[in-house]
Amino acid sequence: MTVQAVVTAETPEAKIELWRWDESRWTNPNIDWKKGALISAGIDVGSVSTQCVIMVDGELYAYSSLRSGSGSEDSAWRGVNRALEGTEMTVDNWNFCVGTGYGRVNIPMSKRAITEIACHGRGANWMYGPSIRTILDMGGQDCKVIRIDERGKILNFAMNDKCAAGAGRGMEVFADFVNVRITDVGERSFDIKEEPKPVSSTCVIFAKSEAAGLLREGWDVNTVLAAYCAATAHRVVELMERVGLEPELAITGGIAKNRGVSERIEKEVGMKFSPKKWHNPEYVKQDVPFDTQIAGAAGAALFAKALAEKEKGK
Amino acid sequence: MLANWGYQDGSGDYFITIDTDKCDGCGKCVEACTQGVLEVGEDPADPLRDEPVAFVNEAQRKKLKYTCSPCKTYLTSEGGSTASRSTPEMLARELKKLPCVAACDKEAITHSW
Repeated sequence: MTVQAVVTAETPEAKIELWRWDESRWTNPNIDWKKGALISAGIDVGSVSTQCVIMVDGELYAYSSLRSGSGSEDSAWRGVNRALEGTEMTVDNWNFCVGTGYGRVNIPMSKRAITEIACHGRGANWMYGPSIRTILDMGGQDCKVIRIDERGKILNFAMNDKCAAGAGRGMEVFADFVNVRITDVGERSFDIKEEPKPVSSTCVIFAKSEAAGLLREGWDVNTVLAAYCAATAHRVVELMERVGLEPELAITGGIAKNRGVSERIEKEVGMKFSPKKWHNPEYVKQDVPFDTQIAGAAGAALFAKALAEKEKGK
Repeated sequence: MLANWGYQDGSGDYFITIDTDKCDGCGKCVEACTQGVLEVGEDPADPLRDEPVAFVNEAQRKKLKYTCSPCKTYLTSEGGSTASRSTPEMLARELKKLPCVAACDKEAITHSW
């Protein structure tokens, strides 16, 4: 009897998963898709998150952003179903669908797979506008730096996907380790007396043991978070320097939502990221949410539109 | 476009850069590489480009330091290393002798290490 009681008290349900970020979906109430001529979709199945963006004649109609599961196919379907919720649209109504991201080759409803590099360039250009020249995408398991021209064409890029250190997954593990809600990490990392030295390793395993040591030395949690955010920022700055920085700078991906990292990157490179705001004034007026995580899927949907038009033209 | 294929880790930068504006997809580098690092096909970073282009194949992208090491004897060999690393000009000259770099008459390929 006593044994049973102990087990119940420690059931996993009892624990709040602080590292888990909020999933979201959105539909544009101003568009009637049935009147649209061309419906294009982009699905970005990443290592940590999956996004589905649906466009009607190149205008944002709906999107979803949720956590990836263990299978790309299943993740893609969950993303699609979530985006389609309440719209009466089905995948059969789509003219063209492009898949991107880590799991892009296993997306059943996509007609074509395109790399994240190409999609992020296009997507960020569409979201932030033509003045963006350098994009930093900080994903769940990699980071990429992309230089583009005013049309979103890629001029130079580098990607680091060798390990997930200093990327979104690492941040999740770290948030869980110090018991801080993932969305509070950025804010709390600035609630400190003095900026600490970055932890010496971004490898999350080493960083965790280093952090454990710092906590034992009497550092408070916020300062440890600051040290980890600074290390994450520093790691990506090295990659940015390889590709070269040209203003204006934009940031996409999940870590874009963490000011603990993004503001430390700004400080280190001596440049500011463009404000997270739609280039399209209509979207600003309509209060369309600006979600930095949908850039890849948005780029894929734009390519889908271009490819559908190319197909029709033949 | 400058396509940097490779990675960065604690030990350094390992990138093969292909200038896709110079590359015409002739495939000479693919034949020259003894390790099967390069491939010619549709541009992974530009789906709207029509001509084929050379790129580092996916299986090799995260281990270039090791895959390319047989050609990088100038970094380790007695005769090569000390002398060839002494000036940046000499290093640049050694880098040009790499089979893939030498095979490309458009000078589209460069190595970061």
